[in-house]
Amino acid sequence: MAEATEEQVSYWELIKNGILKENTIFRLALSLCPAIAVTNNVKNGFFMGLAVVLVQVMVNFTISAMRKFIHQRIRLPIFMLVISGWVTIVNLVMDAAVPDVYREVGMYIQLIVAFASILARAEMFASKNRIVPSVFDGIGMGTGFFIALMIISAFRELIGKGQLWGFPIIDAKPLLILILPAGGFFAVGILMAAFNWVYAKYFSSGGHSH
Amino acid sequence: METVRTPKEQQLIISASPHIRSEETTSRIMWSVSAALLPATIMAAYFFGPKAIFLIALTIVSAVAAEYAYQRAMNKEVTVCDGSAFLTGLLLGLNLPPTVPFYIPIVGSVVAIVLTKQLFGGLGFNVFNPALIGRAFLLISFPKLMTIWAEPTAQFVAMDAKTTATPLGIMKTEGLAKLMEVFGDKVSLYKSLAVGNVAGSLGETSAIAVLVGGIFLLIRGYISWHIPVSFLGSAAVLAWIFGGKGALFTGDPIMHLLSGGLMLGAFFMATDYVTSPSVKKGQLLFGVGCGFLTMLIRLKGGYPEGVMFAILIMNCFTPLIDRSFKSEVFGAVKVKKEAAK
Repeated sequence: MAEATEEQVSYWELIKNGILKENTIFRLALSLCPAIAVTNNVKNGFFMGLAVVLVQVMVNFTISAMRKFIHQRIRLPIFMLVISGWVTIVNLVMDAAVPDVYREVGMYIQLIVAFASILARAEMFASKNRIVPSVFDGIGMGTGFFIALMIISAFRELIGKGQLWGFPIIDAKPLLILILPAGGFFAVGILMAAFNWVYAKYFSSGGHSH
Repeated sequence: METVRTPKEQQLIISASPHIRSEETTSRIMWSVSAALLPATIMAAYFFGPKAIFLIALTIVSAVAAEYAYQRAMNKEVTVCDGSAFLTGLLLGLNLPPTVPFYIPIVGSVVAIVLTKQLFGGLGFNVFNPALIGRAFLLISFPKLMTIWAEPTAQFVAMDAKTTATPLGIMKTEGLAKLMEVFGDKVSLYKSLAVGNVAGSLGETSAIAVLVGGIFLLIRGYISWHIPVSFLGSAAVLAWIFGGKGALFTGDPIMHLLSGGLMLGAFFMATDYVTSPSVKKGQLLFGVGCGFLTMLIRLKGGYPEGVMFAILIMNCFTPLIDRSFKSEVFGAVKVKKEAAK
């Protein structure tokens, strides 16, 4: 884990860790509910991912800044309060800035409060590390989630509707099922397998034993 | 089987049970079931012309090819010769409308074999009937293409793609009166449905042809009567009670039994060894569940035909049914609670 080698781990390594090795959706298989529910088009996936990046970075920043004042026994309630605070902020901002997207993904934005990955990073990383590495860790984990959502939603919208971000790309609807809820499971499963195959083939370093 | 021979090389072989083996193997059963579908296939060719044969052949070839390709790619033992992929392809082909473009059978076969069967661990481990998942996938992905039905033309001629609705479709949208108008009277309606001279999926229209195959399977003992009888029986009873307009007990069970995929589903799909219960009592419950869900969808649902979804839903319950009707171990003695204390 990163906390042991805080000084040695470069910021780039922290970001890479979040995107590849501990990718929330494809590697840890966490937060799959929004990954299936909001990814039937790229626009929704983009804003959902963006919201998670913001919350993850700000939560990591806040927890890391407060880490010396948080008593061990009540750390979880405090983490939850901080997370809900930031989710509320992001929620209200999105409602005001992109109301049409918010209408579709709003419920899942509020559900970010319950994301295991965000609480886990607060507990495992931010509460034990200085502010700058924590922020980079948040960027890495958030970006990993963001990229995963973009891959899933692009796959589903392109093959399900022949569009990307609402613009027609191919003049057909090859497999309508992919934009339906059932297709979400197929898409996430297939892409998860593909991601892990690529990861195992090109990115995993020798001694890694999972 | 590991055998241990005595030092003197005598013919004394010690091996684990079973000691008596029957001639039946998986592949023998699979090929027999495929043979039982021959009458339905011939009727499909008779009524829907050469394109029917082309579609069925294409489905079979792509199913077998998908199984071969997957097993080769995954470095598994290639088992295409056991006939299970052939049977899946044949069943899926018989469940397609006669008008679909050529890529539909290919997509359906790949979904049926790779997604439904192989990803779950291959033959014997699939939760759902592969051919039915293939068809459900196609119906949801291509809702328009999968519901264009052609009028049968008879005598092996190529059809001129005159589209029409299936009898169940007419029932759903316009009611029994319209159906009578199309077919004249009840007797000619039953006759058309039994012979297969109606619109529908390739292999499901001819109730008699499917029945012949089903009886062959029953006589050979490849399937037991429990699932088909309870499936068809409960569907008929429910059709009789709730099928009529207005009053109860005025429905037309014969029309419901003969139309759609009910026969094909009851004899060939619901009886799939892997995805149906193996305990006899459980099979009865499974069949009744299928019949109930089929009639629920036919009479109250959005789709005109519900056999496919009914069987798939009951597939989910198969492990539960098997567990609740678990037979007692032979020779086991029930211990009373007092004694066990």
